[in-house]
Amino acid sequence: MTTPNATVPAEGAQKPLQEHFDATIARDQRIEPRDWMPEGYRRTLVRQIAQHAHSEIIGMQPEGEWITRAPSLRRKAILFAKVQDEAGHGLYLYSAAETLGVDRADLTQRLIEGRQKYSSIFNYPTLSFADVGVIGWFVDGAAICNQVPLCRSSYGPYARAMVRICKEESFHQRQGYELLMTMMRGTEAQREMVQDAVDRWWWPSLMMFGPPDGDSPNSAASMAWKIKRHSNDELRRRFVDMTVPQADKLGVTLPDPELRWNPERGRHDFGTPDWSELQRVISGDGPCNSERMERRRSAHEEGAWVREAATAHAAKQAARAEEGAVA
Amino acid sequence: MSTTGDSTTRAEWPLYEVFVRGKRGLNHVHVGSLHAADDRMALTHARDLYTRRNEGVSIWVVRSEHITASTRDEKDPFFSPSADKVYRHPTFYDIPEDVPHI
Repeated sequence: MTTPNATVPAEGAQKPLQEHFDATIARDQRIEPRDWMPEGYRRTLVRQIAQHAHSEIIGMQPEGEWITRAPSLRRKAILFAKVQDEAGHGLYLYSAAETLGVDRADLTQRLIEGRQKYSSIFNYPTLSFADVGVIGWFVDGAAICNQVPLCRSSYGPYARAMVRICKEESFHQRQGYELLMTMMRGTEAQREMVQDAVDRWWWPSLMMFGPPDGDSPNSAASMAWKIKRHSNDELRRRFVDMTVPQADKLGVTLPDPELRWNPERGRHDFGTPDWSELQRVISGDGPCNSERMERRRSAHEEGAWVREAATAHAAKQAARAEEGAVA
Repeated sequence: MSTTGDSTTRAEWPLYEVFVRGKRGLNHVHVGSLHAADDRMALTHARDLYTRRNEGVSIWVVRSEHITASTRDEKDPFFSPSADKVYRHPTFYDIPEDVPHI
């Protein structure tokens, strides 16, 4: 059901509702669309789910650029399926956002007017076909680290969308890694392409987890509400620990001189991403921000006639059916 | 080309809820929603969006506005009549343990 609860209870009536909400969260049960929820919870979810949906939709672009240039029919079919999945993920998430009483067309509008954000990672260019592989391995790998805990997020529709998405992300990560393994078995030039792509995507991938915990204003509330289950830094560490042995197997070097195993902590130590770069890219000054936004805007505007024609066709068919019924 | 916020970008398609039967023998289950201009488009979009990997053998779509729902909270008195009739449950009845098959 997607009808939001529009009634705002009076101040006095709100206390038992708040208590019921808090108890539901404390019992690790899910909040569902028609339940009462604090305005801050709703607002946080709308922001996070919309941003997530926008990221999936914008995320079609960097890899989509390589569909026509894929080196074989097999790789083209795989890439097609992957980019189609990104569209699907965006739509699952818009569907979840709409259960909170926002309108999908309005969210799209907010994206193309730059009033809502998407993941900084998609503002980097895809310079060679190896980038397709590295995006699957790093970017989708990072997305898996982020999204698996979100399958237990306290908001039911979001958690359920994440379950569907996570099932499909595994294909994305594996096709990327397999692509890279194939290139690493190829020529010296191909191995250099892979290493070059790894060098360019490593730090932006670490930035995908967001600013460090001390600098992440929304994290505490999100964790108290169990929207998020782990902090940005914790997820980043998990990603590094997961990726290092994969890099070894692949035979590439991760571009971080400080990266080493710390036997005492049982984890890897690693360098600090350039947070000023993240800030620049988030605030619109990354290598491809304007290109991505322009592409999204033109796709929306150039598709307007199709949406209008379908609406007109549906209205005509409905009117004919009604005439038929009257006659 | 149309600019932001005018009537063309607002030519809205209605919202549909999507239900999928995963395989024979199972009920249709709600999986999410989508927008479509009409019922037929809703069905094909639902197929493309929710069954890309053999997740279904049958799909229902229904305009969201046509769904009538119970009140907003599970803890509502609407459901209380089902909680106060313990004699509807088999465990309400004491039967000696040595009586077979009951």
